[in-house]
Amino acid sequence: MPEQTIKVNYSGAVNAALQRVLAEVPETLLYGEDVAKPGGVHGVTRGLWKEFGDRVFDTPISESAILGSAVGAAMMGRRPIVEIMWADFFLVALDQMINQAANVRYVSQGKLTAPFVVRTQQGNSPGACAQHSQNLEALFLHTPGLRVAMPSSPQDAYDIMVSAVHCDDPVIVFDNRTLYFGQKQEIVTGRPPAPIGGSVLRRSGQAATVVTWGAMTHRVLEAADQLAAQGTFVAVIETPWLNPFDTDTVIESVERTGGRLAVVHEANTTAGFGAEVITRVAEAGVLRGRPARIGVPDARMPAAPALASALIPDTGRIIEGLARLTADR
Amino acid sequence: MADLRAMWRIRAFEEKTQALCGTGDIRGSVHLCIGQEAGPVGACGVLEGSDALFATYRGHGWAIARGTPLRPLMAELLGRSTGVNGGRGGSAYLSAPEYGFHGENSIVGAGAPIAVGAALAGRYDGTHRIALTVFGDGAMNQGSVHEAMNFAAATCLPVLFICENNRWSELTPIKDAVGSDILADRPRALGMTAVRIDGNDPDLVRRTIGDLAAAARTGGGPAFVELATQRLVGHYVGDPQQYRTREELAADREQEPIARAVRELTAAGVAAEEITAVEKNAREEVEQAAQAALADPLADSDSAREHVYA
Repeated sequence: MPEQTIKVNYSGAVNAALQRVLAEVPETLLYGEDVAKPGGVHGVTRGLWKEFGDRVFDTPISESAILGSAVGAAMMGRRPIVEIMWADFFLVALDQMINQAANVRYVSQGKLTAPFVVRTQQGNSPGACAQHSQNLEALFLHTPGLRVAMPSSPQDAYDIMVSAVHCDDPVIVFDNRTLYFGQKQEIVTGRPPAPIGGSVLRRSGQAATVVTWGAMTHRVLEAADQLAAQGTFVAVIETPWLNPFDTDTVIESVERTGGRLAVVHEANTTAGFGAEVITRVAEAGVLRGRPARIGVPDARMPAAPALASALIPDTGRIIEGLARLTADR
Repeated sequence: MADLRAMWRIRAFEEKTQALCGTGDIRGSVHLCIGQEAGPVGACGVLEGSDALFATYRGHGWAIARGTPLRPLMAELLGRSTGVNGGRGGSAYLSAPEYGFHGENSIVGAGAPIAVGAALAGRYDGTHRIALTVFGDGAMNQGSVHEAMNFAAATCLPVLFICENNRWSELTPIKDAVGSDILADRPRALGMTAVRIDGNDPDLVRRTIGDLAAAARTGGGPAFVELATQRLVGHYVGDPQQYRTREELAADREQEPIARAVRELTAAGVAAEEITAVEKNAREEVEQAAQAALADPLADSDSAREHVYA
């Protein structure tokens, strides 16, 4: 596949990646609720049914059947890409991810495998109700056997989807729907699939290390810019892959930044993956002082935008947390 | 005679398993299919090599009828490295895909959507395999089974949904767990052929499932078969079955497939020695497999972290 530069927003990048894998991996199938003829509720899969015919199809509103059939088809050699329309809808069918997909390879000693990709989107957007706003990555990060990614840029959205489809494990790719219709950006397509994993240093600095992922990356970078204008430079590491997680890079960075670490995510703080990141760094013996864990305080998510924004970390709250961390020497 | 032989292999395996639970050689939950041997023996006869079979935790009989050798199967129950899954599956969650047995499932009803996926794969990979998913009467009340049946019907996939109705949903009678006990009404309402047959007659099972499999292979879509049968033992080994009466068990022993096959063969003039030899041979074969498996090494604890990821 030749390298090419195209200008797309996040949703266009996912679409381009799906178009590519459907073309280059004959075992792929793409299905889910409203993904084929309607092109997806967010339009991400638009046009793919026309191009790939019956390898792209609409299903009943049956998450257990969607995920379970993906497990079964993958066991028999296909590489299904299925959509869970909102991550909250995973919850009616968790059995197929946690009891089924995650066990296939392990229990059969690799005689059976389940290489499939679940595409979903999550997080709060203005007015979204409590059942359409949750950030659920920690549930799946608690489950060995599953891979989890959460990109924030069109280039990563493209690359991660390609890598996920070529990966031999079940992979969940969480989009954040507030990113779908962002600015168009130039991205490079057609590069060979990269191995899964890794992280990106989005900004360098010595005052502290900030680890983040998903849509929160943009707010963290804004906060870091504002702190830089005041003379405090923090390193920002985005970890679009949460499993495998690039623990080594985080530990090295925390060591370089005086042992100071903050983790910022949109999910609830209690038992969020941020707690795990801090623990890994603490176990490595490089943590100094009090780490900062910035996420949604433990609450349900209200629909009214004014209420929701009181809970979700914004640039101000992130700056506050980081200022405390960098002052705390 | 072939059916009796096949049923006795399963019965003898299950009785040996029960004994090895008693001696502590087999640990953990074990669910025996004693009394339900006719279903697997009849159904597996119509499956082809590329077809897929998904059973429940009461699945030893299905694994055996599909062709899994007894020694690695018993070794799996015994937690040996030579088990079909090296001891990772155990009695309730084992698989042997190399023999076309794609696994038991310890979650009630969870195998049904997976079987739909296996049939879906066959639509694209050239095999046009049929997938057979087996579950008990209790699974009829699981959402996953309904989702799977409707999905298969909506997409016209060759899936055979086999409900082994032994009348007991674990420890509760199915009739107490449904508003209507005509289970076949539900798949029929979803748009597929659905029949209830005598599940203690392996030949009837073979012919019925054979016809439906042939229809499914030529685009007829999914079908549902309820096998009316009985469990002669508890839900699990050690189940005191306080919920069952002696009379009910006695009636079940009259119906069960091996006693019935013996009556029929005797009536047809087959010599008693020939019939008892079937049982004896099955028990010897199982005993040899069990002794060999008992002598096999335990699963290697150094390997416990392998195969989590590719």
